[in-house]
Amino acid sequence: MNVILRTEKLRVEFRSREFRQSLKVALRGLDLEVNAGEAFGFLGPNGAGKTTTINVLLGFVQPTGGSASLFGIDVRQPIARQRIGYLPELTYYYKFLTAEELLRFYSRIFSLPRAEAERRIDAVLKLVELESARKHLIKTYSKGMQQRVGLAQALINNPDLLILDEPTSGLDPLGRMKVREIIQRLKNEGKTVFFSSHELGEVETVCDRVAIIAEGELKAVGRVADIMGQRASLEKAFLDIVGYQPQTAP
Amino acid sequence: MNNIFAVAGIVIKELYRRKDFYVLFILTIVICVIMASVNIFNDNQIIRYLKELCLLLIWVSSLVIAITTTARQIPAEREQRTLLPLLAKPLSRTQLIFGKFLGCWLACGLVLVCFYAFFGALAASREHTWPLLNYFQAAFLHWVMLGVVIAMTLLGSLVFAAPSSNSTICFVVVAGIMCIGRYLDAIALSRPEPIRSIVWTIYYAIPHLEIPFGMRNLIVHDWPLIGWNFVALDALYLLAYVAAFLVAACLVFRRKAVN
Repeated sequence: MNVILRTEKLRVEFRSREFRQSLKVALRGLDLEVNAGEAFGFLGPNGAGKTTTINVLLGFVQPTGGSASLFGIDVRQPIARQRIGYLPELTYYYKFLTAEELLRFYSRIFSLPRAEAERRIDAVLKLVELESARKHLIKTYSKGMQQRVGLAQALINNPDLLILDEPTSGLDPLGRMKVREIIQRLKNEGKTVFFSSHELGEVETVCDRVAIIAEGELKAVGRVADIMGQRASLEKAFLDIVGYQPQTAP
Repeated sequence: MNNIFAVAGIVIKELYRRKDFYVLFILTIVICVIMASVNIFNDNQIIRYLKELCLLLIWVSSLVIAITTTARQIPAEREQRTLLPLLAKPLSRTQLIFGKFLGCWLACGLVLVCFYAFFGALAASREHTWPLLNYFQAAFLHWVMLGVVIAMTLLGSLVFAAPSSNSTICFVVVAGIMCIGRYLDAIALSRPEPIRSIVWTIYYAIPHLEIPFGMRNLIVHDWPLIGWNFVALDALYLLAYVAAFLVAACLVFRRKAVN
């Protein structure tokens, strides 16, 4: 198997700014491997360390210990991000630009030749169904349209690896369905998709393998069917693995 | 370099799609045209005061545009979360800092071209002369000086949390340097140790912005051109400060968490 995303004993600590506050450990020696061509779900409760892991992979946060690499290149090197696309959770784009201008700007960052960039802009705007709004300022877009612009910018360089941080968060059912269809289509095209989500039904449908983390530690990793075992759903398996205890009424 | 120019292009696009520059430019034109239309005290030399006032407005406006535009660059990217998709691309933080600097600096250059063209038209309408080389020397050093201000503000935007506090501090520092910077050596001589050494250190450490500021006299009083080697030397002196501030900004930003 061709491993394209790897973390080894990844540790991240945050020093609190408040006086006499102890260190907050966000990740405790996380080992993760994602193979080329698979859809990998990254699950965990809020505060488990999912976004911190993604932040390290994208170079936003420096690890305290361990290492992380994309395509065998240390994530601290900007070139490691040449073949990836990233869609953050609830992000706003430059409101004074149109979708077309935003994509043109990002394609320049990827050093795409002008003709190739224009071809890619047309293709991704068609994929996310924003062709008719391509010349409108982003500030006039609805939330769902902004999320689709986000997906378009993540795909502008025709990436081999897509990192999606809760891509359907805050979208209505129709928006969620559209994003899910696009992810499914990318997976069918052989792209590697790494995404964190709280929508376990979505993960169950789309992903080949999943990892579950809690309190910065890897609790389980494997194929969806293996993780589920004898349990009825992935949600049940997830709750068991993170140690959820149902509270009984007094 | 391609990435730096791409970031700079976005900064320039933002400036011309916002209203700040247009408001200040129109305000300067309105004030100067009103002043020019009034013949105060029947004084034949009134054009000098008009030129002085117009240049002062240009200086204040250019500083306001340079500082406010630069101060919001990185904080706005963080606050609006546009920094995350940007840094998720193969763009280094150094390239981002240099792109932001270049964008703000070039935008200020375009602003100065508009302001000085208006000033030239205003002065020519009264004096019927257009000493282009004098304007060029004054505008060029003005622009290089704005480079120092922009680099300093960019560094401040990484150190101070709020753009408003950064803008205020930068305004006070720049105004302080322009008003009392040149007198610090005289002040040092009149003070006992250790204050003398401290004031001397400050005198030699701060970028002296008073030469570009003093270039106004070149066009207000129609003084002859100053030597080009002197202009080049002062530009090099100011560019050394630009480089120092940018290196400091890159070092501060290098390991800063951006999540």
